[in-house]
Order: sequence, then structure tokens, then C-alpha cells
Amino acid sequence: MNNDFVRWMPDRSGLGDAHVVPGSTIDPLLLGGLLLIISYGLMVLYSAIEKDTAILQAQAIRLGIALVTMVVAAYIKPLFYLRWAPLIYCAGLVMLVLVLVAGVSAKGAQRWLEIPGVTRFQPSELMKIAVPLMVAWYLHERQLPPNARTLIVALLITFVPAALIVRQPDLGTSLLVAGAGLSVIVLAGLPWRLVMFSILAVAMAAPGLWYLLEDYQRGRILTLFDPESDPLGAGWNTIQAKTAIGSGGVFGKGLHEGTQSQLNFLPESQTDFIIAVIGEELGLVGVLVLLALYLVVIARGLFMSTQAPSTFGRLLAGALTLTFFVYVFVNIAMVCGLLPVVGVPLPLVSYGGTSAITLLASFGIVMSVHAHQTWRR
Amino acid sequence: MAARKTTRTKKPVPPAWRHYLLLLVFAGGSVAVAARVVMLGVDEREFLTAQGDARSIRFEAMPAHRGVIYDRHGEPLAVSTPVMSVWIDPREDDLSVGQVAALSATLSIDADTLKRKLEKNRTRSFVWLRRRIDPAIAEKVAALNLPGVDFRREYKRYYPAGETTSHLLGVTNVDDEGIEGIELAYDASLRGTPGKKRVLRDRLGNNIKDLDYLAPPQLGQDLHLSVDLRLQYFAYRELKSAVVSHNAESGSLVILRPGTGEVLAMVNQPAYNPNMPVANFAQMRNRAITDTYEPGSTVKPLTLIAALETGSYQASSVVDTAPGYVQVGRKLIKDPLNRGELTFERILQKSSQVAIAKLSMALPDTAVFNTFAQAGFGVDTGLGLPGESSGRLPAATTRDPVSRATLAYGYGFSLTPLQLAQGYLAIANGGVAYPLSILRRAAPPPTQRLFDKKITTQVRDMLGAVVAPDGTAPLAAVPGFQVGGKTGTARKVGAGGYDDTRHVAWFAGIAPLNDPQIVMVVLINEPRSGPIGGGSVAAPVFARVASRALRALAVPPETALLAGVGQ
Repeated sequence: MNNDFVRWMPDRSGLGDAHVVPGSTIDPLLLGGLLLIISYGLMVLYSAIEKDTAILQAQAIRLGIALVTMVVAAYIKPLFYLRWAPLIYCAGLVMLVLVLVAGVSAKGAQRWLEIPGVTRFQPSELMKIAVPLMVAWYLHERQLPPNARTLIVALLITFVPAALIVRQPDLGTSLLVAGAGLSVIVLAGLPWRLVMFSILAVAMAAPGLWYLLEDYQRGRILTLFDPESDPLGAGWNTIQAKTAIGSGGVFGKGLHEGTQSQLNFLPESQTDFIIAVIGEELGLVGVLVLLALYLVVIARGLFMSTQAPSTFGRLLAGALTLTFFVYVFVNIAMVCGLLPVVGVPLPLVSYGGTSAITLLASFGIVMSVHAHQTWRR
Repeated sequence: MAARKTTRTKKPVPPAWRHYLLLLVFAGGSVAVAARVVMLGVDEREFLTAQGDARSIRFEAMPAHRGVIYDRHGEPLAVSTPVMSVWIDPREDDLSVGQVAALSATLSIDADTLKRKLEKNRTRSFVWLRRRIDPAIAEKVAALNLPGVDFRREYKRYYPAGETTSHLLGVTNVDDEGIEGIELAYDASLRGTPGKKRVLRDRLGNNIKDLDYLAPPQLGQDLHLSVDLRLQYFAYRELKSAVVSHNAESGSLVILRPGTGEVLAMVNQPAYNPNMPVANFAQMRNRAITDTYEPGSTVKPLTLIAALETGSYQASSVVDTAPGYVQVGRKLIKDPLNRGELTFERILQKSSQVAIAKLSMALPDTAVFNTFAQAGFGVDTGLGLPGESSGRLPAATTRDPVSRATLAYGYGFSLTPLQLAQGYLAIANGGVAYPLSILRRAAPPPTQRLFDKKITTQVRDMLGAVVAPDGTAPLAAVPGFQVGGKTGTARKVGAGGYDDTRHVAWFAGIAPLNDPQIVMVVLINEPRSGPIGGGSVAAPVFARVASRALRALAVPPETALLAGVGQ
């Protein structure tokens, strides 16, 4: 068949035995943007944690580890990722099942696997990379835009882990994993008609989906439309965050001067809601500066992915960059009260190490894809 | 269609425009998010800023210092000292078992009680843990650094003179409001106006900083009493010793200052320590103004004034008391022995019932009653202290000869020790009445003449004979001074009439007699051991207190205290 022909003519020119210009593996513009975001984030975090240097130090160390991870990921050849994609994905899937069976619970959710005495980690975090990796692996040799069968398989690769993560429950991560997989599919050339159809289908199925949600998730969605309906319960986070951002005005109250963020009125001010601290203390200007930095990083990441010589590289790099965008968008929209509250941190700024490692590893892969090419168009 | 597909399969790399289109889509999303932030930060700023302030800014009262109460010489009698009160917001995070234990140990509250209290008030945001504790203890609690625990600065009243001034000053409650005595009577001026400040508070209710002061606390006004703490102390000590040694039910002592009508001392037994919580409210009564008694013979000088004011009698007039008793209606009035003819001075000196009864029958029906009413009996003195009784002077006492006779020697009506002292004040002042005052007077008040000056002075001088060796109260004599007074021993009313075993012992006196500096009334209620008469129970208290008081007031002795002593 036609497909067979394509299968035997894989475009592997940019995947391995490549010409790498020495010293150019790490993209300076992307690295610069990321470092600016990280520095900005540490500055805000220092205020949000009330100048606790111990916490700041821990976060700095984590970000350092994440940067090292990024560099390592950048020097690994794309061929390696291609070869190992199925294995990484399957391992991740097995671990997700293990989490549901034998995971460690905390705060009402079962998200962690523990190797007693060694470490505990969150397999869902791995899937943020593994899913786009696997979808890109699956699609890169196939006819594009994908036919229906290919599409269904790709969607299965995406939604099986996403569904497992929802069960933990962890809606935020599930959303990001699904977003990552879908990004690959969209980049691979999903017919627009199909996109429209999907949106329509989801809209029609929404009342049905409603009954599949957990009570607290329904509450969060209701709160989105009317946070004042339950100001001390479900609406509390959103109202407090809006108050903090709004009272900051254009230029903010100054670092460490925010009454809402410093006096414990703002919940989760170090983690998911840290953008509200920026809004209150650095004002509108502070938020827009951060948004601009994010856009620089995203734009550069997308540009780099278009330069990739291989289908696999282009799909993977593009999808990882878009996932980063989804992070930013969902977090800020959630804090501003545009989306329901789902646990998505503000990338590279919120306190917490795991997501930073995954994110910077993603950008390491983007750099790897960009750097290892034999030809340019 | 198939052809197009084939061409695409030859270019499996997805076209770059998809990337850019997506970038555009997401840039649109970013703009939406940014627009939302702009909306919050610009359009809704005012509302949201107000909301933020509503969460973090609170108004707080600054307690005002209560006014100090001084005696007439500026000795502090009641002062406010800063104390700390500890409260907790029980809604907050549970205290650990160790924290509860530490808190209960520091505050000396039983750990179980404390735990129950926290459980019970889980939904409340403010519960006192302990009020008015030593600031040093509060500092120890603060060092525990417990969530939800906070402090409020308050003032606690401290009374340096303790029991000595207990009834007079009264006390304040836990909120520093006067509830008894002077503290209650002058609460409005003693109490200050709390100030107001704006503070920044975090979600746990901790004050972070003071933003500004809207109104400074207005201090309460100080109060200068007419009381002399030294006299108050002598009175307290001697009265207590007499009540204890005679095993009496209670006692009262009042000292007034002739010439101004000021109260120099007012004490009662039993007393209480105002610096400690009091359980027995009977101890808290200011009996000198709240309790009424029949005055007995102490009113006889006023009866004599009534007789002299009719003009029918002179100081030298003689009343024949032979044969030592007289029948009035169905009542036989007796003296202990037949004293024969008695001058007015001798009537007082021997306290003859027969002479007084005979005089009352010879006088117009209302003469004695009117004199008593003029002296202020039956009407409260207007001193202004809470709980003052007006006593009873019923008009029915003029109705028949028996009532008139018993009225004349002090039965059938009742008065407070302060009212009796007020009556003696008029005698000491030569028939002029002064409105009483518990506050220090800058100038003498307007006066009102009650009795003829000459008559009153004559009767006043007769009082000296009472303390003479052959009078009823030689024990009231004060060495070095000519003093005078009158005893009284009234039987108390029990079930079915007057009780022969329960008495009140009175002594009302003036010192010195020629130039009165103090007027004193001593009352010992129900002495139960030893003698029961005014001359032996109350008179010695008068002598001891007057002796110390005259020395404290620097009144020069009229005669040498001891032969051969003095320069």
C-alpha cells in the first residue's frame, strides 16, 4: 500500500548522525527567556513566602537541577527519543496503573508512587513528555494528515493516560497531558472540519460529561460563573485572587507590600495563585511583563520547532512548546476567574520542583530537535 | 482529492503555517487573559481595592485610662494599672496537645477545661482565655507563639488602701466600669473615652501594624475626695478592733468636717478587699448610708433644742424626775434610779428617759418632730453615693403622747449613721446646716440656719458633761481636749416587739467642743460579748479615733496632756 511506501522511506535525516555546530546546542534566546522567567519567579516567590530564605534556597536548587536536566536533554540526540518513545510511554502507563492500585495518598488524591526509603514521584508528570513523544513517534512515519484509523489510535495514545490521571484525581495534570497529545495531533494536520466537529460534539456532550465530574469539580465550574454564590467556600480562592490582582492597580503596591498576599488572605499564594501576588505587588505592568516573557519563550520554541528537519522533531518540539502555553494560559485564566480552578501551577514561577524539571526537560528536547539537523530548507 | 493526498504524503513534514496559526490562536488567548488582568487592575480597581481593605483593615478601640481617685491631700486611693487580657480565635487550626498543655500551664487554667472551652466555641471568632493578668505572664504566653492567640491591653483598678476605703470607693467590674460606691457614682467623669485607631490585620486576626490614629483616647477625669486617708485609716482600725472584740454583727463610723460639711472618713465592718474578687455581697454594703437603725438616746440633744426653741425653757430650767418613773398613757417610762431634779445639762449627762418624756409631753405636739425633720431625719443627705437610705421619720410619731415620748428619746423612727452625723454637724456649727459632700470643697457651701445659734451652742456645751467622770461616757474623753457627745443604746426590734438581748450601741460626738474640727458617729451593731451600752462599746472608739484624728489635723491641745509634760 501507499502507506508501506512511506513507511520504508522514513525521513531520518535529522534524527541522529547529524552535524551539530559546536556550542550551538543550547539556544541562547530560548535559554535567555527561560532564565529571565526563572529570576522573575524567584523574586516574586521570595515575597510570597515572606522572605523565607530556606524555602527560596530549596526552590533555587530545584531550578538548578531542572536547568541541568534541560542541558542533558538538549545534548541527547532526537534519534534516542524516537527509539525510546514507546518504552518510555509504556513504562509511564504501567506506573499510572500502579499509582491507582498502590499509590501514596496526600490531600485526598492518590498521585504518587513511592519506592520506600528512596524517593517518591509523580508518574503523571512524566506523561507530560511521554504522551507527545509517543504520539509524535506514532505519527511521524504515517500519512499526514492522518486518516481516521491513525487518528483514533493517536487519540487513544493521548486519552488513555489522561483518563488514568483524572482517576487520581488530578484534573489539572490530566488537562495538560491531553493538551500535549492533542497539540501533536493538531500540528500533524488534523482536518479543520474535524476540529470544528469535535468542538461541537464536546459542546453537545457537555451535559452528559457533567455527570461524570466529581462534586468538587462541578462546584468549581459553578463557582466560575458566580464566585460570590459561595464566597467562603468554593468561591474563596477566586474572589481573593481577583481582589489581590485588582487592588494592585497598574503599578502595584510594591514587593512585600501586598496586604492580601502578605497577610494570608490569598490562598496558595506561593503555588498555583502566585500570579495574584504579582498582580497585587507589581501591578498590571508586572503581569504583562511576565506574559511578554512567556510569549517570547513560546514564540522562540515554535519557531525552533518549524526549523526541525524531521516530522518527529517538528511535531514533538511544537507540541511541547504548546503545552507550555497551555500551562500559562490555564493558570492565569483560572486565577483571573476565566476558567474553573484546576491545579495548574504557573510554569517556572510557582513553588514546586517537579513541574519545573518536566518543563525545562521539554525545552531541552526542543533545543535538541533544533540543534541536531543535517539540512535546512 | 486522491491526487492532493498523494502530494501531501510526499511532503510528510507538517507545514510551518500550522505552527504560526496556532501561535496566533494562542496569542489571542494571551490577549484575552491580559485583557482580563487589565480589567481587574484598572476598571474594577476601586471596588477590589475597597474589598482588599475590607479584609485587612480594622478599626480598634484604644482603652482610655480611668481617672485616679485621690484623698483630700492627694493620696491616691484608686489607680488604674495596665494589665493584659488573653483571647483566642478557636476557629483557627487546632492547637496540638502540647500547645494546649503549655497554654494551660502558663495561664494556670485546667487543661481539660481549656480544651472543652475551645471545643465548645469552635464556631466563634473571639473567646477570652483569661483577663487582667500580669503583663509578665502575657509575655510568656506570647513567647509560646500559638496560632489564634492574641492579647488586649486593659486597665485594672488597684486600690492602695485596700479594705480601708473599700465601701467608700466601691469597685469596678471586669470591663473597668464602676459598679459600686464612688466608682459608680462618678463613673461618667472617671471613665475616659476610648480612642480609635486603624490597624492592618492578617487573616488570623493578628495586628500587623498601626496605620493611623483617628482619635486619641480621652483620659478619665481625676477625682479629689473630701476624705482624709489618715482619718479613714484610724477609723477603720479602731472600728474593726471594736467589732472584733465585742463580737458584733457589724459597725459603722462616719467623720464629718464642721464648717464645710465634707465627709472626712466613712468606714464599715465587715469590709472586703477591693483588689480581690468578692463573693459575699453582705460585706460590700456601705452600711453607714444604706442601713437604718433607731438612734436611741443620741437624739436627746435635739429634743432639748426643741424644748429651748419653744421659749418656755432656759438652759437652767429644771425637770423633776422623781420618783424615777413616769406613766405616759399605758406605758411606764423608767430611769434606773430616782435622780430627782435635773438641769438640762444633767438630763444629757445622765441620759434621763423620764425627764425627756416629761419634756415631750409639755411641748407642742409637733415640736420634737419638726426639730428632727429640720435636722434632716427622714430625708437622704444628698451625698450622692449609690444606695443611700433616707431612713423613716413617720408623722404618726406625733399622734399620741406615747409616740411623742418615745420619739423624743430616739425610738419609733430610724436613720442612717450618716444622717445622725448630719444632725450633730448642725449642733457643732451652732445651728447652721451644711449640705454634705464627699468631694473636696474649694470654698464653703451656702448654708442654711436651722436652729438658734445661742440655744445650739448651749446644748453643744452641755455635751461636754456626758464625757465627764460622772457622765454616761467617760470613756469618750480625749486627753488634752474638751470633747463632747452623747451615747445611745437602742434595743433592736425582733419577733414580737423589742428584743432585750439585741442592741445597737451609739456614740455621736464633737471634738473639740469649743472649736469643732470633727463630728463623729460610731455605731456598733449587736455587740454580743461584754457590755452592750453605747458608753462602754462605742464611746472608746470615739475617744481613740478622735485622739489620733485631732493630732493628725494638727489641732493644738487645750490642756497639757500630762502634768509636767509640754513646754
